[in-house]
Amino acid sequence: MKRSAILMILGSLLLLGLFYFPLWNIQLGAPQYPDPMGMDIFISGIEGEEEFDIQNIDGVNHYIGMKKIPKPAEMWEFQVFPIVIAGMAILGVLLGALGFFKKISASWFLGWFILMLVLGLLGMYDFNNWLLDYGTDLDPKAIIKLTDSEGNPINYKPPLFGTQKILNFTAHSYPRTGAYLMFIGMSLTLVAWWIRKKALKTLK
Amino acid sequence: MKTITNFIAVFALAAIFTSCNQNDEGGKSGAMASSAAEKVYVSPGEHDEYYAFLSGGYSGNLTVYGLPSGRMLKEIPVFSQFPTNGYGYSEETKDMLKTSFGMVPWGDSHHPDISQTNGEIDGRWIFINENNTPRIARISLETFETEEIIEIPHSAGNHSSSYVTENTEYVVAGTRFSVPYPQKDMPIDEMKGNFRGPLTFIAVGDDGHMEIDFQIDMPGFNYDLSHPGRGESHGWFFFTTYNTEESHTMQEVNASQNDKDFIAAVNWKKISEYVENGGGETMDAEYVHNVFDHDTQTTISTTKNEVLRVDPRDIPGAVYFMPTPKSPHGCDVDPSGEYIIGNGKLSSDLTVHSFSKMLDAIENEEFDGDAYGIPVLNFESTLAGTVKEAGLGPLHTEFDDKGNAYTTFFISSEVVKWKLDTWEVVDRQPSYYSVGHLMISGGNSRKPDGKYMISLNKITKDRYLPTGPELEHSAQLFDISGDKMELLLDFPTHGEPHYAAAIKADKIKENSKKIYRLDENNHKYAAVNESETKMVREGNEVHVYMTTVRSHFAPDNLEGIHVGDKVYFHVTNLEQDFDVPHGFAVIGANTSELLIMPGQTKTITWEPKKPGVWPFYCTDFCSALHQEMQGYIRVSAEGANTPMKWGLDDEYTSN
Repeated sequence: MKRSAILMILGSLLLLGLFYFPLWNIQLGAPQYPDPMGMDIFISGIEGEEEFDIQNIDGVNHYIGMKKIPKPAEMWEFQVFPIVIAGMAILGVLLGALGFFKKISASWFLGWFILMLVLGLLGMYDFNNWLLDYGTDLDPKAIIKLTDSEGNPINYKPPLFGTQKILNFTAHSYPRTGAYLMFIGMSLTLVAWWIRKKALKTLK
Repeated sequence: MKTITNFIAVFALAAIFTSCNQNDEGGKSGAMASSAAEKVYVSPGEHDEYYAFLSGGYSGNLTVYGLPSGRMLKEIPVFSQFPTNGYGYSEETKDMLKTSFGMVPWGDSHHPDISQTNGEIDGRWIFINENNTPRIARISLETFETEEIIEIPHSAGNHSSSYVTENTEYVVAGTRFSVPYPQKDMPIDEMKGNFRGPLTFIAVGDDGHMEIDFQIDMPGFNYDLSHPGRGESHGWFFFTTYNTEESHTMQEVNASQNDKDFIAAVNWKKISEYVENGGGETMDAEYVHNVFDHDTQTTISTTKNEVLRVDPRDIPGAVYFMPTPKSPHGCDVDPSGEYIIGNGKLSSDLTVHSFSKMLDAIENEEFDGDAYGIPVLNFESTLAGTVKEAGLGPLHTEFDDKGNAYTTFFISSEVVKWKLDTWEVVDRQPSYYSVGHLMISGGNSRKPDGKYMISLNKITKDRYLPTGPELEHSAQLFDISGDKMELLLDFPTHGEPHYAAAIKADKIKENSKKIYRLDENNHKYAAVNESETKMVREGNEVHVYMTTVRSHFAPDNLEGIHVGDKVYFHVTNLEQDFDVPHGFAVIGANTSELLIMPGQTKTITWEPKKPGVWPFYCTDFCSALHQEMQGYIRVSAEGANTPMKWGLDDEYTSN
C-alpha cells in the first residue's frame, strides 16, 4: 500500500525535471556546420545548445523566409506548460499522499496517468502544429524560394521525431533528459496503480 | 692575399665535406619513399600533430604550419602592414607599427619563442623579434593575433632575441650592431672602444605585458644570438658575440680576424636583484610601446622616455666572457642546462662549454684577463668538449629527448647529429640547401619532443617548380625518432624563416577562439545592432557606423559625402558564428580592405576624389548572397549641399 503511494509521489515528482532539463532537442547539421547547431526545447522556452545557436539558426533560416525562433513571451505554450506540469506534479503528489494515509482506490492513480497522457499528446500535437507553421508559413519575400516537383513550396518542417534531410541541412529531432524523466515518472505512476490494484484486491 | 688563400682553403674544405655527403637522396625510393609519404600524410579533415610557427624573416610576419603535413595554416601579421586583413592600415591597428621613428610599415622578424613555465613551453604566447627597427612582439595563441609590440631603445639590429627565460620572467633583446650609447653624431672610424652593445631584459607580466626592466651596458661587440639557462643554469643567459675586433668596415674580413670571440654569460638574477634594490641609473631613451586593447579593440600606444642602465662592472659576478672559437653564431643550451654550445660559424668544430665548469672557474678565478673590465674566463677551464670536424660552418644546435644534439652546417649544407657527453657524430643528412636554423618542438626547453625536426634552408634553387628568379625559401622535415634522421618532406615557406618554434597541437588548439563576443565589444565606434548604425559629420570628417550580417551592410545607401571629406567606415560584424568574417572594400581607397571577424569592429578611411555614385562590397565570400552584399555611396562635389542620408531597404534616416 505504502509502496504504491511512494511510487506515485516519486513518479509525479519526476515531472519537475522538466523545469531543469530540456524536453526536446532539434539539431541542424550541414556541410558548413560540422558542429551542428542545436536548440533545446524547455517547457518555458527555447534555448540554443551553444550560446549563439538560436541567432545562427535564425540567420540561416532567413534565407528561406522562416520566422525567427519564438521568444518565451511570443508563445502562450511557454506560460501554460509550466503551470500544467507543476499542477500535475502537485496533483500526483497529493494523490500519493492520500494513498499513503488513506485507502483510496487505485483508479485515482490510473486517472492521473490517463490525464497526463492526454495532456502529453495534446502537447505533442501542439508542438507538431508549431513546427508545421514554422516550416510552411514563410515570408513571401524570402530570398530562396524552392518548390517540389509539383510546383508546391517546399515544406521545411523539422520532424517531430527522428532525422530528416531539409535542403543542405540534416535535422535531428529527439527527446532529451526532461522528457525521459517524464516518461520514467509516468511509468512509475502506472506501476503504482498496478501494485495498488493488486494490493487492494488481496486486502479484500 | 693571405685572406684569399684562406677562402680558397675554406671552399676546398667545403668541397671535401659536401662530396662525402652526396649519396643519400637518390637512394630513397620504393618502400622507403612510401613510408615517408605515410608519415606526413594527414587525411583530409584530420588535424596535424603539431603547430609550427615559422618566422617570416623579411615578410615581417609569422607563419603557422601544421606538422607533419607541412600545410600552411595562417600568416599572422606582426611587423608589416598586411592589406589582406587591414592590419597596420586600419585605424585600430596602424599604431601597432608606431615607433620612435614614426610609423614603420615593414619589419624583419627572426626568432619566435613560445612562453614557458618551469622550463616547458606552455602555449600562452609566442614572442618574436624584429631585427631592423628593434622591437619585440607578443602574439596571443588564443586569437593568433599580435597583441603587443615594444620597441627596444639604444639597440640596432635586434638579433639575439626574443628568447624567454624558464618561467617567462624575461624576454631578451640584444644589439647585433654596436652603436653609440646613447646615440650621437660621431666619426664612424672612432667606433673602437666608443660604441657599446646594450643587452635589454624585458620583464613579462602574468598577463603577458612587457616592460623594459634594465639594459646592461656591454662592450661594443656584436651580440648575435642567445639562449637562456635552464635547470641548474636557470638565472643565467648566454649571448654569442662576433666582431670583438670592433671593426667598422669590411667586416666580412675584419670581423673575422680573432681566433676566438666570446659567449657572454649573464647572471640576470643577480642583476635583477641589484635593480630591485635600487641599482642602476636611469638614462634618456625614446621608445614606443604598443598594446592592442581587446576591450576597445584599439591600439594604445605610449612613448616612453627613459630606461634603466646597468654597468655590469658595478655588480660583481654579473657577467663573464667565455672565449669561443671562430665568430660563434648560434648559442644553444641543452635541455639539462649544463652545456652551452657555441657554433663557431667559420670553423668545422663546435665548442661546448660546461655550466658547472664555468661556475668552478669563476670560483677559482681562472681568468684570462678581461675585456673592458669584464672578466674573461680561461678557455680550457669552461670547455666541456669539442665536436671535431662535424661539418663546415656550424650555425645552430637543437636537442632531442635522448641526449642527442643536432647542428646545422651552412657551408657543407647538412644537419649533423651528435651525442652530448661523448661529442661523437652519429649521423648526417644533407639539407637542400645551406641550412640556417633548425627546429625541434620544445628544442629550446627542458623537455624537447624528439619526433620531428625541420631544417630551414636559405637556398632553394631547384627544389620546386621554378618561379622566376625569386624563390620562396624551403624547409625540410625529418623524422628523428630513430637512430638515423629520415627526410620525410620538403615544403616551401613564406618570406625567409629564420628560427621557428613548435608545440603539440593538443596544448593550444582547444584555446583557439572562435569568435569575438559582440557583448564585449567596447569599441568607441561600434554599432552592435542595425538600429545603432548612423552617419556623423564632424567638419570634413564623416564617421559611418556600419554593420555587416549575412548578407547585407547597414546602411547600404549613403548620401551627403563630399569630395574633400575623410570618411571613417567603422564596420562591425554582427555575426556570432564561427568562421563567418565579412570584408569591406571601397573603390579607390588608398588604404586597404578590412576583414572583420565576428563581433569585431574595424575602421578604414576613405577620401573620395571624384563626385559620383561609388560602390562598396564585401570581399569575403560569406554566404550564398555574398555577391549581393554591396552598397552605394553618393559623393557630391565639394561645396554641394546634398544632405546626409543613410538607410537600408529604402528606409532612410537623415540629418
